[in-house]
Amino acid sequence: MHPVISTVLQRLGLGLITLFVVSIIIFSSIEFLPGDFGEAILGQAALPETVAAFRAELGLDLPLHERYFDWLGGVLTGDMGNSFSGRGSSGGTDRSRPVIELIAPRLANTLFLASMAAIISVPLALFLGVTTALYRNSIYDRVVNALTLTTISFPEFFVAYLLILFLSSFTNLFPSLANIGSDTTFWERVYLSALPALTLTLVIIAHMMRMTRAAIINLMASPYIEMANLKGVSKTQVILQHALPNAWAPIVNVIAFNLAYLVVGVVVVEVVFVYPGVGQLMVDAVTSRDVPVVQGCAIIFAATYILLNLFADIISIVTNPRLLHPR
Amino acid sequence: MSNGEEEGYSAAGEVSLIKARRTLWESVWRGLKSAPPTALFGMTVISIYLIIAIFAPLLAPHGEAEIFPMSYAPWGEDFLFGTDQLGRDVLSRLIYGAQNTIGIALATTLLAFAIGGSLGIAAAINHGGLVDNLLSRSVDILMAIPSLIFALILLSMFGATAINLILIIAVLDSTRVYRVSRAVSLNVVVMDYVEAARLRGEGVGWVMRREILPNIMPPLIVEFGLRFCFVFLTIAALSFLGVGIQPPTADWGSMVRETAGLIQFAKYDITAALTPMLPAAAIALLTVAVNFVVDWFLHKTSGLKDEH
Repeated sequence: MHPVISTVLQRLGLGLITLFVVSIIIFSSIEFLPGDFGEAILGQAALPETVAAFRAELGLDLPLHERYFDWLGGVLTGDMGNSFSGRGSSGGTDRSRPVIELIAPRLANTLFLASMAAIISVPLALFLGVTTALYRNSIYDRVVNALTLTTISFPEFFVAYLLILFLSSFTNLFPSLANIGSDTTFWERVYLSALPALTLTLVIIAHMMRMTRAAIINLMASPYIEMANLKGVSKTQVILQHALPNAWAPIVNVIAFNLAYLVVGVVVVEVVFVYPGVGQLMVDAVTSRDVPVVQGCAIIFAATYILLNLFADIISIVTNPRLLHPR
Repeated sequence: MSNGEEEGYSAAGEVSLIKARRTLWESVWRGLKSAPPTALFGMTVISIYLIIAIFAPLLAPHGEAEIFPMSYAPWGEDFLFGTDQLGRDVLSRLIYGAQNTIGIALATTLLAFAIGGSLGIAAAINHGGLVDNLLSRSVDILMAIPSLIFALILLSMFGATAINLILIIAVLDSTRVYRVSRAVSLNVVVMDYVEAARLRGEGVGWVMRREILPNIMPPLIVEFGLRFCFVFLTIAALSFLGVGIQPPTADWGSMVRETAGLIQFAKYDITAALTPMLPAAAIALLTVAVNFVVDWFLHKTSGLKDEH
């Protein structure tokens, strides 16, 4: 078999195994709840029968592996069980909602925010990376480098509150709360998500920009670039047409890695801006120990993260010339 | 060496004389003199933080959870940085916060190094064996989930207490330490002196501690700085999200969350808006400082030069 295909298949297999084991870990989180959690969820006044019925609904009376495959089958078909919140002890009316109903609209919001951040940050990072490589050691290069180094070591919420302070509190340019509902129009949405998206951009841009710069500078020392220089090709041309094509593999890899990082960054940023996304839902669920919702959010985050990293790996394998032309 | 003349010449005496000429403080001073300004700045900041953390009870004007009848008091003489939503002095909480936040982050990082470092070296000794494979594959899987998400899952399972927080973050972070210590020890375990020690009949623990550990110290110290930053930021983020260090313990992450509402009054009273920024800036400043020092140490120990 062609080495590229076999390596890619190997990576895909590994990714699937990882996803499988991760799903087991997430599933077993319900196992570790304290024994009396039925009472904790339903309240002190819950009747023993209600608690027993609740345990039966969760399937706690079935063997572990049976429950796992039940749960996995549910997740794959979009049924993640019901949320714990809203289960009253009195009256017996069940006001809890299916987890999928809670997650679905918020997932769309989160994806909107993440893609907005990606659309701003990726081209900007590439532009900054290429231009700093072009004007290496100039004042411009040093300033951009220092700025990105600073943003990389700041916590997300510090960046977020700095932006709120300057762009919202002082100048009223953007709203500090992302009040997004189902009837918000597209451009309103963009306007409301501007500050969260900008925060995410600042958090992830440094890594991508520095990698682009380093990859290009690394290539500038190779003989074929010197050849192009000696032929009299202009500096811009050398970078754009000779260096960049060979630098793509590490750059794309680091871009995919940072998009995966958006998954984590999004949690804190959503909480700062009260943005109605999956991250905030997960934090709320952790606070109230609403395990089905935590599981649902966790599996979405973990799957996105693993798949994006897998994608990065595959891209770097496919674009690696050494693997494409085996001896 | 005052009695050198009585004993006559001895090689050991001469060596110790030369050794004694440069005391610990002198060599530290020599190292400091060659340090770039960024590293000096970083070290100054870290020392100030440590002094504040250690002497917090002496420095703080009020108690950690002492409640005054005035909530959201403005900045002034009684309360330098005002009071928070419950009427607690912000300055005192900032000072105690240094103790709690840095203390917990430090404990977590040390625990992560104890777990990850010892397992990493053990795996390197067992290179290619069952233990190595088992550990490395489990670490691969633990690292496949972003640690903030993983920490959230585990905290929802076990509940958010300081001990749980330390244990969970330490275990999650030990995976990175494991990778680094395994990778650097792999180069050391093949050395002749390690082989000699094992032939001598030394136990695994002795080989790990006395033969391998001293030789992998520099990369581990760099990793310690980076890990500390990462742990510190993760704990701050979790506390900010309300699932980390719990009140009434003063901690910078939760302080930001508690006073964040004040930021919208920036136009009317700039000092009020700065109240939530103080703990956030304290976190940012420490991370930047540690990064500066780590950067310098990395260049010094590895002889690494900038790419330009």
